[in-house]
Amino acid sequence: MLILECPYCGVQCEETELHADGEAHLKRFGPGSSDDEFEGYLFRRENPKGVHFERWRHVNGCGKYFHAARCTATLEVFGTYSAQTLEPPKDLQDKISAKRPGWTWRELKGEG
Amino acid sequence: MKRYSAFAIAREAARYHTGWERAWASPKPKKKYDVIIVGAGGHGLATAYYLGKNFGITNVAVLEKGWLGGGNTGRNTTIIRSNYLQDPSAAIYEKARSLYETMSQDLNYNVMFSPRGVIMLAQTEHEVRGYQRTAHANALQGVKTEFISPQKVKELVPIINLDGPRYPVLGGLWQERGGTARHDAVAWGYARACSQMGMDIIQKCEVTGVRNEGGKVVGVETNQGPIDCDKLGMVVAGHAGVLAEKAGFRLPIESLALQALVSEPIKPCMDVVVMANTVHGYMSQSDKGEMVIGGGTDGFNNYTQRGSYHHIEETVRALVETFPMVSRLKMLRQWGGIVDMTGDRSPILSKAPIDGIFVNCGWGTGGFKAIPGSGWAMAELMAKGHSPLAEDFGLNRFTEGRFIDESVAAGVAH
Ligand SMILES: Cc1cc2nc3c(=O)[nH]c(=O)nc-3n(C[C@H](O)[C@H](O)[C@H](O)COP(=O)(O)OP(=O)(O)OC[C@H]3O[C@@H](n4cnc5c(N)ncnc54)[C@H](O)[C@@H]3O)c2cc1C
Ligand SMILES: [Zn+2]
Repeated sequence: MLILECPYCGVQCEETELHADGEAHLKRFGPGSSDDEFEGYLFRRENPKGVHFERWRHVNGCGKYFHAARCTATLEVFGTYSAQTLEPPKDLQDKISAKRPGWTWRELKGEG
Repeated sequence: MKRYSAFAIAREAARYHTGWERAWASPKPKKKYDVIIVGAGGHGLATAYYLGKNFGITNVAVLEKGWLGGGNTGRNTTIIRSNYLQDPSAAIYEKARSLYETMSQDLNYNVMFSPRGVIMLAQTEHEVRGYQRTAHANALQGVKTEFISPQKVKELVPIINLDGPRYPVLGGLWQERGGTARHDAVAWGYARACSQMGMDIIQKCEVTGVRNEGGKVVGVETNQGPIDCDKLGMVVAGHAGVLAEKAGFRLPIESLALQALVSEPIKPCMDVVVMANTVHGYMSQSDKGEMVIGGGTDGFNNYTQRGSYHHIEETVRALVETFPMVSRLKMLRQWGGIVDMTGDRSPILSKAPIDGIFVNCGWGTGGFKAIPGSGWAMAELMAKGHSPLAEDFGLNRFTEGRFIDESVAAGVAH
């Protein structure tokens, strides 16, 4: 059972209190974008076996969206962070680099 | 290789079963093949089989990182049906279902196809309308199904409780020639037939890289060294995204865990397959007497072949209302598989952006039933460059907005 800490209420939430909302930090494309950009935005998803960043919602709690960094191969949780950011915070990225040297995700590249 | 027959059983009985041969060979990889298929699940093996049988292409290797049939093919609840809503789905799933009818004879391997009938329960007014619509669509597609009354459901499934307070049974979509088959046997039967045609099935051989030259595939890297090929078929289900990335392209796929469980064996009590899509519960009884139960997928990406405990709880809780006797059963085992989900819950059978590479994936929670039809279409696609059955399932449908939306009725497609 997955346990994530809601960065707003600081509660350790177990999975049934939360809703998974898919890939984090999606760049939205609107009118005037190319077919390829639209397809990417709507359907192509990061699906790594390893470090992954996601959006979650504390539905049965404060109701707010937040972000989580997880490993999809082991279910290890690296940390959670605010929804008000376009990128995972630097200290979290460093923490992941220490555990998974050389990790990559979209255009992000870890150290090591 | 010797054929299996009643005579062979008698012969072997007379000599203490010392003469049975290995069902397939375990060769070392050659330097080069005409075709390499990655993934020895049902779909990969069926693709190889029909390449040989329908197109005479037998210089083929099937590479498997684990053991053959150890992926979703050996982990599913074995439901076979073809009562889909959209025409392209009905065509490929009905082709598959009809091939299941004669598979044991065709492969000379008993896959225990059991067309015992499948009911999809309608437990809300929306489902009643949805399944009536599907029944009409099936009539036009030439797929034999029928919308049946609650009384008929009760006749077919005496252990069912029709008037549960939360999930009453309002009817059902009945496919008389749907059913189950032995999942391992499907993989083993195809593997044996492929090996017999001279194809190499290489287990414990993980593809770790894909080599392209000038936009065309030339071979793969594996933990058993590099192997060259002219054409490459990627048929790796939950790992489709991981493998595509190694070849340098992306797929509209997300990988999630789906679970199943079985009870202790009990006396025969239900001789049809029952699916309850509203509550995400599926149940049939195996020949050993176990109740085989499947549930819904987890909500988040996962490669661990486990699943969240609360999903089992939800599935069983819902089933208990519709089948009160389930409350008295002890559950024996639970497991998970990694399913490859697309946005429209329909599969991908397509040329890849790199010349010579073909992908077959996205069968998600419902591809066991499709194995022979998918292999048939994929072989044609790889041999000829196009296939009528595969045509609508190309990758271009996501750019062009031509979805084959099978998820509307229940949010899942098993
Ligand atoms: C719990 C559960 C219940 C299900 N119930 C049903 C059902 O009732 N009815 C139904 O129709 N469908 C059902 N399904 C879905 C069905 O099992 C799958 O759609 C189908 O088995 C997929 O077959 P496949 O051959 O594509 O994949 P798999 O059988 O998973 O085969 C893919 C193979 O590729 C190998 N592989 C991966 N990466 C590599 C690599 N890099 N190199 C070499 N090999 C690699 C894997 O080891 C694996 O053996 C269920 C699935 C699950 C998990
Ligand atoms: Zn909260």
